Amino acid sequence: MGIRFVLMVNKQGQTRLAQYYEYLTIEERRALEGEIVRKCLARNEQQCSFVEHRNYKIVYRRYASLFFLVGVDNEENELAILEFIHLLVETMDRHFGNVCELDIMFHLEKAHFMLEEMVMNGCIVETSKSNILSPIQLMEKAS
Amino acid sequence: MALSGMRGLSVFISDIRNCQNKEQERLRVDKELGNIRTRFKNEKGLTHYEKKKYVWKMLYIYMLGYDVDFGHMEAVSLISAPKYPEKQVGYIVTSSLVNENHDFLRLAINAVRNDIIGRNETFQCLALTLVGNIGGREFAESLAPDVQKLLISSSCRPLVRKKAALCLLRLYRKNPDVVNVDGWSDRMAQLLDERDLGVLTSSMSLLVSLVSNNHEAYWSCLPKCVKILERLARNQDVPQEYTYYGIPSPWLQVKTMRALQYFPTIEDPNTRRSLFEVLQRILMGTDVVKNVNKNNASHAVLFEALALVMHLDAEKEMMSQCVALLGKFIAVREPNIRYLGLENMTRMLMVTDVQDIIKRHQAQIITSLKDPDISIRRRALDLLYSMCDVSNAKDIVEELLQYLTTADFAMREELSLKAAILAEKFAPDLSWYVDVILQLIEKAGDFVSDDIWFRVVQFVTNNEDLQPYAALKAREYLDKPAIHETMVKASAYILGEYGHLLVRRPGCSPKEIFSIIHEKLPTVSISTIPILLSTYAKILMHTQPPNPELQSQIWAIFGKYESCIDAEIQQRAVEYHALSRKGAALADILAEMPKFPERQSALIKKAEDSEADTAEQSAIKLRAQQQTSDALVVTDQRTANGTPPVNQLGLVKVPNTSNEWNTENQEVTRANGALPVVDPQPPSTPSADLLGDLLGPLAIEGPPPTAPQSESIPVSGLEGGSTADALALAPIEEQTNTVQPIGNIAERFHALCLKDSGVLYEDPHIQIGIKAEWQASRGRLVIFLGNKNTAPLISVQALILAPSHLKMELSLVPETIPPRAQVQCPLDVVNLQPSRDVAVLDFSYKFGTHVVNVKLRLPAVLNKFLQPISVSAEEFFPQWRSLSGPPLKLQEVVRGIRPMPLVELANLFNSLQLMVCPGLDPNTNNLVAGTTFYSESTQAMLCLIRIETDPADRTQLRMTIASGDPTLTFELKEFIKEQLVNIPVPTRAPAPMPSQAQPISPPTAISDPGAMLAGLLTRWALNNRMRGLAGVKGEFYVINLSLELECLEKF
Repeated sequence: MGIRFVLMVNKQGQTRLAQYYEYLTIEERRALEGEIVRKCLARNEQQCSFVEHRNYKIVYRRYASLFFLVGVDNEENELAILEFIHLLVETMDRHFGNVCELDIMFHLEKAHFMLEEMVMNGCIVETSKSNILSPIQLMEKAS
Repeated sequence: MALSGMRGLSVFISDIRNCQNKEQERLRVDKELGNIRTRFKNEKGLTHYEKKKYVWKMLYIYMLGYDVDFGHMEAVSLISAPKYPEKQVGYIVTSSLVNENHDFLRLAINAVRNDIIGRNETFQCLALTLVGNIGGREFAESLAPDVQKLLISSSCRPLVRKKAALCLLRLYRKNPDVVNVDGWSDRMAQLLDERDLGVLTSSMSLLVSLVSNNHEAYWSCLPKCVKILERLARNQDVPQEYTYYGIPSPWLQVKTMRALQYFPTIEDPNTRRSLFEVLQRILMGTDVVKNVNKNNASHAVLFEALALVMHLDAEKEMMSQCVALLGKFIAVREPNIRYLGLENMTRMLMVTDVQDIIKRHQAQIITSLKDPDISIRRRALDLLYSMCDVSNAKDIVEELLQYLTTADFAMREELSLKAAILAEKFAPDLSWYVDVILQLIEKAGDFVSDDIWFRVVQFVTNNEDLQPYAALKAREYLDKPAIHETMVKASAYILGEYGHLLVRRPGCSPKEIFSIIHEKLPTVSISTIPILLSTYAKILMHTQPPNPELQSQIWAIFGKYESCIDAEIQQRAVEYHALSRKGAALADILAEMPKFPERQSALIKKAEDSEADTAEQSAIKLRAQQQTSDALVVTDQRTANGTPPVNQLGLVKVPNTSNEWNTENQEVTRANGALPVVDPQPPSTPSADLLGDLLGPLAIEGPPPTAPQSESIPVSGLEGGSTADALALAPIEEQTNTVQPIGNIAERFHALCLKDSGVLYEDPHIQIGIKAEWQASRGRLVIFLGNKNTAPLISVQALILAPSHLKMELSLVPETIPPRAQVQCPLDVVNLQPSRDVAVLDFSYKFGTHVVNVKLRLPAVLNKFLQPISVSAEEFFPQWRSLSGPPLKLQEVVRGIRPMPLVELANLFNSLQLMVCPGLDPNTNNLVAGTTFYSESTQAMLCLIRIETDPADRTQLRMTIASGDPTLTFELKEFIKEQLVNIPVPTRAPAPMPSQAQPISPPTAISDPGAMLAGLLTRWALNNRMRGLAGVKGEFYVINLSLELECLEKF
């Protein structure tokens, strides 16, 4: 089914957003996130963006203090996912203007809305930024 | 940074952020949870806004990793809120907090359904997303038709339809039995005409899922996918919003090419041409550019195109372009590209025969094995493992061993397992194998699983030549300081069994071996002590004449452990102690371990298991799995453990359950030594893990033929007998067989009698190939069943009709052979006694409505159990003279042989493993040959052959055969005769099909008096045997029944 989870974690290892597309109990999530953070955050810029962990392949990218980590299965194209992360960041950028960790932290719901427009059931559903952002804009108008 | 609309939430998040440590955070969270709980209890006063705020807090807390075990009801209840903001929160938080089996979700079904069938598009989207993310069975039952309707509705806007597509995907994947997709192929094809890229992107995901399940139904989508690719990659006909750094939606391109990989092939030439044009454009037109994002996106497309080309594996030129590209990628500095290059090269090896080209990059790949990045090292290891074969095994394994000492701990176990498997699979010689494993244990003892050292013990036990070497090596390692416990186990075991072979070497007297092993005892754990005790008992047994000093020393140790708290140790100590006081009885019971029955390597099985965790269904993966399953050799692990092998032997499938075999079996069991006594379980109840191991690929599926069945070959041969070339044992039920074989079955069989690999049978649907390895009286054939079609072959059945002299064990043959896939079925053969009888493979499958059934002779013939031996005059003549006259020496004049020059005759003999020894016979018109025949009953037996030819008449000759076994002499004589009169004439044009379609026209061989005689003789013997007389049978020639009777009478 492609994407299994999307995590955003800051460089202290604190989770800023977690969206799973398969059910894991809270203990499993905690353990998994801990392992992934330990593995990925220790890597340097010269190393590749893919880390194999359990049955997942983690495709990750770092933006300033924030790591975006996407867990995928064998069905996904790694580079496509890597650029999908960038698309997500650009989309957030368009909405927040110079997005930073705090934006995501304090607007968790908006980050969720955007992600929800982009990924559904582990599959990419939309890649046009204006289409992704239109429901949020609609909501902002409404309130 | 604008603050969130919910002030309370912002404050809470700030508070959390300001916490100094985890403890403070926990206190703050607990306080908040308490607060929310109280507020929810007095629900009456709660506004939707408040609910929304609290629900978000809950999600936040949940994200931080705290369990939130209440409030789900509130989240779910927001779904039915009338206003969009609340409803949205309800949907999103519900799908994050709740799983598909949650009770509360059921309460929401109605509200969700109302939103889906309602008029409000944004509500529809929310509802579809929720169902798409967590919808379970009940949702599928009540909503699937509605969702399907939305997806194809022309009045729905794209934003709804794209969600409907993925929602349907979830419902279908979770409950394929509930969601009816029959007839969806047309709709799917229509969906692919969609202009909106959002809808197209999600429809493509839906297609991938449907096609991976059943590509047959979706052929009509294939050209559409190619069109989409053309639209994106060639025409770049895409709205600006969907181009990403100038590349038309890379994600849709990738997904489309993924979908295409689920079709086994592309038959329509136009579609094919268009696709290859696009692929060519991608392969050639992707340049490295400065912008990282553009570069990544274009390479994402490129790598997917590579995968698709590999999958189609059709265009030679493009394949070599792919290899060249990958060769470039694995040498670049950019780590992502290098990683993917290595990964795809590994994939490529699984698909096609590019081993040799990839080998050129070996040095480069080894460099990547030392890369600072573990991800890349792993890929390099995988690739090295896949590309390893006999030619480069030494280099690669030595590289791995060297790397082992510096490798990170996370990789060592995998590394040592892989090194062990490669060493086993491709060892150029067995002593090298032993060296590798012992080095492995030395360098990475902690990471060497028990399987690995069990395996080396099994190898040593099964190969006598290896035993002194292994013992010597084990002895050397014991001298090293601080050796790993696994090394102690392995060395102690090997020295216990074979230490006595070293007895003349310095430092290797029983006493010295005992003391160096005993030195290690205080350092080892409980699990090793039993092995050491067995070793002591064996040393004692091998010390002849007994050494009283050693004896008392060892008895003292047994005495000490008789009161050990560990039951296993105690029992061994007691029993060994008692047994060793019985003197000679000890030697009987503790005799050398018998050879292990050959079966799949536990190591290889383990490697397969660890690979089996992915459920990828693409053809590539399927083929890959089949490739890895060509298991090798040997045994069970428990024996090596020092625990009894009894169970295992009892369980090993014995196809030919004749009495003598059973007796042998029992003997083996008994010979296994003290161990049955030690075994706390009755031999017939194997332990669970043993059973599990035995149920591995080789042991599953009882061997079809037992003795009565093998008797039935002649019967069916007789009854269906009037069909022509029964030599070929071609299909007996012609009426059902509208499928005609390609090539001549009989010729294929004869060719395979002289070589060890080739095609046994072929027709338009299937190709059956054989690869065989023979060693003494044992052999392993691998039967390759290759489906040539794009549809699966079903009801596949393979029965081995084994003659009574062969013990054959066929591994599981799958019932279905996937399209374009090849299945390998190992078949183990043991030759029990000399005989020319031929085993038959009764093979059938179903294609469409046709049932195809063929009976094929298997090339497990007499000469496969021969080993050429060069005899000198000094060896030959005394033997020749001592074997005087019948039945050990038989002579016969054979007429009607195919005339051939003496050189050719000599070549024929050599190809039959009968080694011509020139110069022995003073007459240059004569040939003398020697060979060794192997079977369980005769063991290795020397056979001598003399052929006297008449230069004036090449159609006749006189042959004399001698061996120490009357049956062998007779069988060998008949066998050689058959070869001489029955050689398929190479100049004859290969018949398009065997002759059974023609009226009864006896094959050429039948006109030869010699062959006729042979045929009749065997037929007669056969009849006798069927009446219960001992006799021989062989190939039966098809003869008109009346003719046969007539001849029989004459005979």
